[in-house]
Amino acid sequence: MPNDKTNDMLRAVSRRRFLQTSALGAAAGATVIAAPSVLRAQGAAVKIGVLHPVSGAVSYSGQQGRLGALAAIEEINAAGGIKALGGAKIDAMLGDAQSTPEGGNAEVEKMNSAGVSAIVGGYASSICLSASQAAARYDLPYIVDVGVVDSVVTRGLKNTFRFGPGFGVIAKTALDNLVTINEQAGKPAKTVMIVHEDSAFGAGLAKLLNAQLPERGFQVLETISHPTPTRDFNNVALKIKAQNPDIVIPANYYNEYVLLARTMQQQRIRPKGIYSVLGGASSSYKFVKDFPEAAQYIMDCNHWFDPKNPKALALKKQIEAKGQFFTYEVFMNYSCVLLLADAIERARSADRAKIIEAMASSTFSGHVMPYGPTKFVNGQNQGAMPVNTQVLDKDIQVILPATFASAKAVFPMPRA
Amino acid sequence: MLSSAILFPAVLNGLMTGAVYALVALGLTLIYGVLHIINFAHGALLTAALFAVFLAHRWLGLDPYIAIVVLTPLFFGIGYALQRFVIGPAAHGEDRNILLVTLGLAVIIENVLLYLFRADTRTIDLPYAFDVIEIGNAVLAVPRVVACAGVALVTLALWVVMRTTRTGKAIRAVAKEKLGAELSGIDVAHIYAVTFGLGTACLAIAACLLLPTYYVNPSAGNAFVLIAFTIVVLGGMGSLAGALIGGLFIGVVESLSGLFLGESLGQIGIFVMFILVLLFRPSGLFGERA
Repeated sequence: MPNDKTNDMLRAVSRRRFLQTSALGAAAGATVIAAPSVLRAQGAAVKIGVLHPVSGAVSYSGQQGRLGALAAIEEINAAGGIKALGGAKIDAMLGDAQSTPEGGNAEVEKMNSAGVSAIVGGYASSICLSASQAAARYDLPYIVDVGVVDSVVTRGLKNTFRFGPGFGVIAKTALDNLVTINEQAGKPAKTVMIVHEDSAFGAGLAKLLNAQLPERGFQVLETISHPTPTRDFNNVALKIKAQNPDIVIPANYYNEYVLLARTMQQQRIRPKGIYSVLGGASSSYKFVKDFPEAAQYIMDCNHWFDPKNPKALALKKQIEAKGQFFTYEVFMNYSCVLLLADAIERARSADRAKIIEAMASSTFSGHVMPYGPTKFVNGQNQGAMPVNTQVLDKDIQVILPATFASAKAVFPMPRA
Repeated sequence: MLSSAILFPAVLNGLMTGAVYALVALGLTLIYGVLHIINFAHGALLTAALFAVFLAHRWLGLDPYIAIVVLTPLFFGIGYALQRFVIGPAAHGEDRNILLVTLGLAVIIENVLLYLFRADTRTIDLPYAFDVIEIGNAVLAVPRVVACAGVALVTLALWVVMRTTRTGKAIRAVAKEKLGAELSGIDVAHIYAVTFGLGTACLAIAACLLLPTYYVNPSAGNAFVLIAFTIVVLGGMGSLAGALIGGLFIGVVESLSGLFLGESLGQIGIFVMFILVLLFRPSGLFGERA
């Protein structure tokens, strides 16, 4: 059929024409899409993902983290936003990780499609691990607020930065300080029991402690793991009672920590010391206020603000004026957001790659932690370190290192 | 490790946890014994009851133990209405339909609770929650002792109702011979609903006894129901005495396996028991041979 050929030609022409038109269209479209970047220079908001487990098993910590992040964003916006971007305001996109890694991943996907420039938060190690990995697929800068397991920064992810200290540093500092405190008291303690929660955080820490305690002259009598949530610590308390260790080291989240401390008090178990490493509650003003008797004399090696920094004290006042507790999640997240804002400022752009570059070369010292200026090596802030605190007379005092100390350690615990 | 200083308190703790398990199992076995259905909504109803106790405390300031007086009739009513107006009519007299209806109810209740309250774990703080009683070398929490005593009372009351009242007799008659009971003028639909109501009321009491030492979130009830199923099979399907003794036994098994295997693995013991019972005594301790 002769018409077929004509038809084919017609079709070919029309296809060519179609391609031409659509190419023009695409070019026009690109101009339209490019327009917002011109607008951004005049101060369009920079979107930041604020991701925390605000519901589920660790919801209290997540809510506190969100509180700190939002306090920083409010402060930055009130002070005129990101100056390098013409006073662009920071626009927080809130996410709830529901206390599970899957929940965290889902929020990262949502935040990525909403076009955030970076994400701050995660809190729990297991959430930080998976959420930062999900963000890495989109080269999306991820600033870990707490998440302490070492693998958060050892996976070679270019997008992931951790402001606070990891396990390795924390465990080493905690053990050095434990030895110091014990020696100052005339070495009364020789035996230890570890009670830890069984996810990445508690189990990883218990493994480290088990390896390092014997090297420092302590005998680990038993290591007990429990799930989060646990609502009955009677069996654990019984085991502690039977073994009668000199020191109990708990490593778990807030609810379980409080319950363990209260159950020990109830069962009248008084070791020479309760020395927690990242104990979820023992550096928390909430715990101290709610259960002063159970909290008294508990020592903790944990994230803590620089008590000599006026900015930290002002923030404490501001948070307490809102009727909230000034817990470590608050000042860690506050500092992380300031750190990110500084990077955006120096990057002079909301572009993800440029922010990552600026983060990697960050020397930020406007935060409230006793870390000094930031310096990231493979995503880990080198100056980050924990301090030792103790609950004394319904307040939390820093007992080590000496440069920040506000009180002397009371050890062993006086017999009531 | 095997010193009596640990074992004795651990067994006592187990008995007390077991008492609450028994109460949950009692409701389940009662419904099975009469209606011959497995109520998959049992866990969701327990969760709903826990939330009711929580809200009664939060909004009305009701102590959980006082809330028993209000919530038990309320949940009896809810159970009665569910069987009479939802499960009964939707089942069209087919057992497998009832299974699906209760399963559907469980999904609906759980998700409504999840929607209303989100995934948060909530607890209530009571001044006496950490008071203790000492028995020998064991230090026991007061709320757990109260729970244990409460379960004993409820079991006794249930037994008296089943033995002495006309309704109790009617329930037993329907359980034994449905058609015969119907022919003697017993309203079977009514008795079914009463039984379902009694089972649900048991959950309300269990929730009131639990919350002082436990938490509530939208899936809190499930942990108990898996265990309650094990207890019902262990004690014999439909046997009240079996549920009580099975519950106490499983409580001790859980406590001891938690002690020896660690808290994370504590529940393994329960499900090992479940498999053993199914293998060697499928009719349960007090069950009638099929």
